[in-house]
Amino acid sequence: MSELTPASIQPDAAPAIREAPPVIELHDVCMSFAKPSGAPLPVLAGVDLTLREGEILGLLGRSGSGKSTLLRIAGGLVQPTSGQVRYRGAPLAGPAEGIGVVFQTFALYPWLTVLDNVELGLDASGLPRDVIRQRALSVIELIGLDGFESAFPRELSGGMRQRVGFARALVGEPALLLMDEPFSALDVLTADTLRMDFLDLWAARQLPTKAVLLVTHNIEEAVQMCDRVLVLGAHPGHIVAELGIPLPHPRQRLDSQFQALANEIYAILTARLVESLDAQRKGSPDFTQRLPVVSSHRIDGFIETLAAGSSNGYAELSKIAGPLLKVNELLPAAAALHILAFAELHDGAIRLTAAGRVYAQGRAADRKRLLREHLEHFVPLAGHIRAVLDERDGHRAPRERFELELEDHLNRQDAADTLRTVIDWGRASGLYTYDDATRMFGAGDD
Amino acid sequence: MEHHADILHGGHWYPRAPDWRDPLAVLLVLGLVVLVGAGARQMVGPLVIAQHASVTLAPDALPGYTLRTVMRMLAALFASLCFTFTYATLAAKSRRAEMVLIPLLDVLQSVPILGYLSFTVVFFVSLFPGNLLGAELAAIFAIFTSQAWNMAFSFYQSLRMVPHDLDEASRSLRLSAWQRFWRLEVPFAMPGLIWNTMMSMSGGWFFVVAAEAISVGNLQIALPGVGSYVARAIEQRDLHAVGYAILAMTVAIVLYDQLLFRPMVAWADKFRFEQTASRSAPHSWVLDLLRRSSLIRQASAPLGSILQRAAHARLTLPRHALAPRLPLSRRAGDAIWLASCAAGLAWLVSVLLRVAVPRLMWSDVAVVAHDGLLTLARVVVLIAIASIIWVPLGVLIGLRPRMTERVQPIAQFLAAFPANLLFPMAVFLIVRFGLAPKIWLSPLMILGTQWYILFNVIAGTTALPNDLREAAASLRLRPHAWWRKVVLPGIFPYYVTGAITASGGAWNASIVSEAVSWGPTALDGGGLGAYIARMTVAGDYLRIALGIAMMSILVIATNRLLWRPLYAYAERRARLD
Repeated sequence: MSELTPASIQPDAAPAIREAPPVIELHDVCMSFAKPSGAPLPVLAGVDLTLREGEILGLLGRSGSGKSTLLRIAGGLVQPTSGQVRYRGAPLAGPAEGIGVVFQTFALYPWLTVLDNVELGLDASGLPRDVIRQRALSVIELIGLDGFESAFPRELSGGMRQRVGFARALVGEPALLLMDEPFSALDVLTADTLRMDFLDLWAARQLPTKAVLLVTHNIEEAVQMCDRVLVLGAHPGHIVAELGIPLPHPRQRLDSQFQALANEIYAILTARLVESLDAQRKGSPDFTQRLPVVSSHRIDGFIETLAAGSSNGYAELSKIAGPLLKVNELLPAAAALHILAFAELHDGAIRLTAAGRVYAQGRAADRKRLLREHLEHFVPLAGHIRAVLDERDGHRAPRERFELELEDHLNRQDAADTLRTVIDWGRASGLYTYDDATRMFGAGDD
Repeated sequence: MEHHADILHGGHWYPRAPDWRDPLAVLLVLGLVVLVGAGARQMVGPLVIAQHASVTLAPDALPGYTLRTVMRMLAALFASLCFTFTYATLAAKSRRAEMVLIPLLDVLQSVPILGYLSFTVVFFVSLFPGNLLGAELAAIFAIFTSQAWNMAFSFYQSLRMVPHDLDEASRSLRLSAWQRFWRLEVPFAMPGLIWNTMMSMSGGWFFVVAAEAISVGNLQIALPGVGSYVARAIEQRDLHAVGYAILAMTVAIVLYDQLLFRPMVAWADKFRFEQTASRSAPHSWVLDLLRRSSLIRQASAPLGSILQRAAHARLTLPRHALAPRLPLSRRAGDAIWLASCAAGLAWLVSVLLRVAVPRLMWSDVAVVAHDGLLTLARVVVLIAIASIIWVPLGVLIGLRPRMTERVQPIAQFLAAFPANLLFPMAVFLIVRFGLAPKIWLSPLMILGTQWYILFNVIAGTTALPNDLREAAASLRLRPHAWWRKVVLPGIFPYYVTGAITASGGAWNASIVSEAVSWGPTALDGGGLGAYIARMTVAGDYLRIALGIAMMSILVIATNRLLWRPLYAYAERRARLD
């Protein structure tokens, strides 16, 4: 393995893999769901992806980047709106033999024992019962569940449950293993153990699996496990960068190359974040900007943490990720500060603006006033709500009104999230009030 | 019981000549139209006419009749609520009361509702001789029995399940028992209570229709209402009138749902304990309208503040009133309490034996047992058939969200619709084609209650977690394993809930469905329901009681031996934690 400069984007990490036959190929895959109005809402646009034998490919992206949808398309669970999916050279129509899926939520049948759950993985094979039993038992042993055959899922810890999930996916001897955030529902220690165990089996070639597609939002996990990482951008999901991870196994987190690769991914993600935040301001009406689900309390806490750091409100995201916030919480918080102009995101780092530093020093009343000013200036939706309330007699307006406006441009979940955030920020700043019993906005204190 | 009938028999309870009918009917219709706004007041009108003389088949009388039927439902609902708040609270708060009240509730729940009616109607009528109020009360009581037990159980269970931390918090805030009841316990129990009320209300329509026109021995009552209207239509063999009644009932149920229950469910949603905001909340346009109209808000403000103040009041009992009077140990107290309960029970049994032994033969018991087994066989077969039909269909519907959205409200409506309004159609067909009543009357039992199976199965299928469905798809399960290992176990708890409701409903319905008539043609399918119906017409209270006792025993036995273990098993298996 050659020495690599961490900053380089190296799609072809190992030449051997590049030569290997493809297991799954996606070509120009697009996916859209129907909005309530019937208009299509794109979640994936023009995705090209090839996964070859011997490779672990990571799909990394924020929520809303369609990475789970992409995995389901690769598994034949979801049909793409357009584009081609080829599994071992043949078009894929529906779930195929040789594709195993490991779910984030484990997806174990609570009424079946461990053994029954695992045996279900061979139901489609049509093998005789005793062969099925034999194979299931050997996979159970391989995956470290020996002795738990007759246990029900409810009797197992999270880590053990996911082991059953792995056993069920592996018992069918899949050539392609699709893993949808398989470790994200586990605690840190358990997740780490399970990851290591899986990598050991993979490295020792004890698995029948030829290739793995791993969906994750955990950057360290991607660097730890994958040979190659695709970074997805959101709204709609598309591939924005491709990175080879040419480190030998076992990989050490504290290794400088490991850190450098992680930083590079952070930089790509934050650059995408800033770009998409800025891009949203153009095009559609201002107030349909998508807001991350970040409470005003988290904004307070995050600003305080940044201000308390040694480097005057400057921090690299990869440094504050982990101990304080998980990546999938950190990026939204950073985005919120960026939107409110309390901080600027740049190259995987965040820096408090002057207003952000004033906010950090201010007392409750000052913070409230400052948040209100910034809401009116930098969050068009908040300004829009306030303007509507000011126009109306009685200074009341139903939530529905804004909901419908948002749903013209965003999908229902995003619209609900955005409203939730704008309500929280509005309440904290006193710009307006909201009564969920009547679902009405009202003018705030003046 | 016989005693009351004698008094009434000697009083002014004779069928009137038919020529009185028309002017009285016109008067009644006029009266109804005038009193539309004050439906409740009508209930105290004098009971001049026995039998059906007062009920006209003119379609324009129907809105008034429907209103009165609805008023009865409301009155019963209110009574059930009062009963629930007192009985269930007593059972939840007092250990000794609980020992007696809960088993009692269990038995009360298993007694067929129309059985209560046969028994109580004479009693209520005798309370208010010469007045409609007694008969009204009897009908209301019948509806009350169809919902009160359910509601009380639900409330009792909620009281027992109030989260420990909330209970401790309210204690540390030093709320009085009265305050705790209104600020914690009632709100916590509210969603369950409203859901149960809605479910038992569905059954209520069936019984209100059955309770309005009833004859026990010589006492024949036809309270103005949809039920009597249909009874009259049956007597007159007027299929058009039956059609009108079905239409009126449909409108009434839809309005009741939209104007009363939807707003209540939407309102009670705020009492939900789980604090996730992701689930889509139920909505009601009526509630939104009421909440947004400032006029209504202002008008209701005084009432709201009175209620608020009532709930805030401390209302503590003086301490010495609560303290035990006798220096007895807990165990000795229990012993005395149980002994007195046992003594009361023994006395009741002895009275019953004294009355029953001289006049009931073993042959009566044999007849009742035979009829009971016949009805039991019918219930079992019908539930099995309904399951074979509705489980696969319900699953297929539940897998398609669009179709679920359309079918689910219809299934719920059909479950609420009083199927006894449709009996005439069936009887008409049976007579027309000369079918065997023993077999062809049977499906009527389950006509109204099969829908509980359907909509519970649909609900169970939609509740099946998406990841489990995706896993099944990705494992490419064959149909056999897909049904047997994934879908059927997944919906099983829901199915059992539906089947319990359906079989309970079928037992209740047997009293009106095993013996039916169409004009002068009477069909008797045999069975315990037909037995009770026959004895009710004959006014033979002892044999009514015998029939009801047998039915209760059979219902309790199937609940204890079949449904409860099945439900516990299903529930335990489907749990992940």
